[in-house]
Amino acid sequence: MESVKEMRQVLGDCIVDAMKKDSRVVLIDADLGKPNGTFSARAVFPGRCFDVGVAEQNMAAVAAGMAAYGQVPIINTFASFATRRICDQVAVSICYAGRNVKIIGTDPGIAAELNGGTHMAVEDIGVMRSIPNILIFEPCDTVELGKGFAAAMEYDGPVYMRMYRKKVEELHDESYVFGLLKADVLKEGKDVTLVCSGIMVAEAVRAGLMLEEAGVEAEIINIHTVKPVDEAALATSARKTGAMVTCENHNVLGGLRAAVAEVVTRRCPVPVIPVGIQNVNGEVGVLPYLLKRFQLTASDIMQAAMVAMEMKNDRACHCKN
Amino acid sequence: MDTAQIEYLEETARKIRGLTLRAIGSVGSGHVGGCMSIVELVTVLYFAAMNIDPSRPGMPGRDRLVLSKGHAGPTVYSALALKGYFPLSELETLNKPMTRLPSHCDMNKTPGIDMTAGSLGQGLSCAVGMALAARMNGGAEYIYAIIGDGESQEGQIWEAGMAAAHYRLDNLIVFMDYNKLQIDGTVDEVMTLMDPVEKWKAFGFHVLEVDGHDLSSIVRTIQLARNRKGKPVMIILHTIKGRGISFAEKAGVDSHSMKVSPEQVETAMKELGWDTLWNQ
Ligand SMILES: Cc1ncc(C[n+]2csc(CCOP(=O)(O)OP(=O)(O)O)c2C)c(N)n1
Ligand SMILES: [Mg+2]
Repeated sequence: MESVKEMRQVLGDCIVDAMKKDSRVVLIDADLGKPNGTFSARAVFPGRCFDVGVAEQNMAAVAAGMAAYGQVPIINTFASFATRRICDQVAVSICYAGRNVKIIGTDPGIAAELNGGTHMAVEDIGVMRSIPNILIFEPCDTVELGKGFAAAMEYDGPVYMRMYRKKVEELHDESYVFGLLKADVLKEGKDVTLVCSGIMVAEAVRAGLMLEEAGVEAEIINIHTVKPVDEAALATSARKTGAMVTCENHNVLGGLRAAVAEVVTRRCPVPVIPVGIQNVNGEVGVLPYLLKRFQLTASDIMQAAMVAMEMKNDRACHCKN
Repeated sequence: MDTAQIEYLEETARKIRGLTLRAIGSVGSGHVGGCMSIVELVTVLYFAAMNIDPSRPGMPGRDRLVLSKGHAGPTVYSALALKGYFPLSELETLNKPMTRLPSHCDMNKTPGIDMTAGSLGQGLSCAVGMALAARMNGGAEYIYAIIGDGESQEGQIWEAGMAAAHYRLDNLIVFMDYNKLQIDGTVDEVMTLMDPVEKWKAFGFHVLEVDGHDLSSIVRTIQLARNRKGKPVMIILHTIKGRGISFAEKAGVDSHSMKVSPEQVETAMKELGWDTLWNQ
């Protein structure tokens, strides 16, 4: 079912809630307050909302300074600028300095749609994941955004949150019990594990249904927090199914696939077949077109699952792919 | 300039304005405001200033334009199509699957585009690099760059400015589209530039100001700029965001990225005298 609200509206509400709960919380925009939905907080807490203009590096380091003074800053821009543009500020002034700053990057990967290739962060997780001392969270729907955002604010340390801005398929209801460091098994299965995050969770769920019709029991795990990743959940599932597919709106290098492979190669080696952006640049288009173009659809996931299971079953094939 | 030339540029500007809106309309949304504020400038550059050859987009020694505010790509595409780099009909492929015309300029996709842009602040540095390379190679060409006023909040703009003045790049002519608006509000509300004329003077530029919608003034100012020696030139272009498309002008700050309906395109075409424009 499509969400009633856009993700960015929920984000705006979440920020206002966080500011109500904790007087230390401040918001810094970089001229994308309106498109990202954070602008609404200004009416409620004008004295605690700032806009540095189109100056992301300044935004990041100003936030670090405020955090050093004792505030809890939220900074906000598109995913591309929230990561690669401010990488050094995040690495030094925020993470190395251990400052409690929450970084929001919207429309990662192909979600940048009509803004096109230059705006498509296919490497944002890779960039951020290799910086020590940062937590990376990506909600798949508005319920997960609401619960996850609150948890991220309570977490004491730098957080990068990447999220789609618009309406999404609602996969959770309010009964959802959220744990920031806990992966969610959305569906149990014994044949193959689909590990997914963000906008790819809906595709993975669809793939799960298609696989079921083909007689395959897929386990689906939503990794909303890719760093630190829930190692136990991944190892348990790898042991159980013996075959994995990672589904991510990101380069297949450096992101979810890498995080999963890092765990299973150490704890329970199984084939891991990546569905993601195959180390190429993004391009302009709308989401349904781009999902097809970059082979990120449910049927691409299903095919990858077949390959993973074939590799599992054919021991001689260990070195294939 | 004689009146016939001015009339020709005026017609060309109206065509570029209409083609740009139609292309954006065919997608249903786009950066209307920032596209419209530079129509006159782009018209003068491509039809009265730049040494370029549509039949040879890679011609050595050509003048180059870096659209640092890359989101105004559609305006430049309209000029390129009208100039003959590719068919006018291709403009309707804007942002469609496999297009050569993405929202933001891409030098690997579009004939006539010399630099990729989209991440604000970087283009001016690229233009500085081109100007340095041109001089190093004994080239006599001019490098033009267009930056936004909101974009001017990026620190990199000022890093590029420092380098341009340090290396006395008098082959570099920069335009700032001073439409006084960005996304979250007016430039003064969001993050004031204070006095950009004084700032750029202090950064070592020759600074000129011009009405960005007055074609003959733009022509004259560019001529002046080319004759200034020893320093890079900054031309502050006083403009109106959404200029010439009444629903966009009325939207003001909300014209930055807006939906455009077929009815709005139709009304705008009437206002531009679209049919008579092409029937002469
Ligand atoms: C580095 C970077 N940050 C943010 C953006 C998103 N963005 C696109 S246009 C824009 C506002 C630019 O304002 P201005 O330069 O005044 O453009 P204009 O009014 O000429 O359209 C912003 C923030 C971007 N493209 N690049
Ligand atoms: Mg502006």
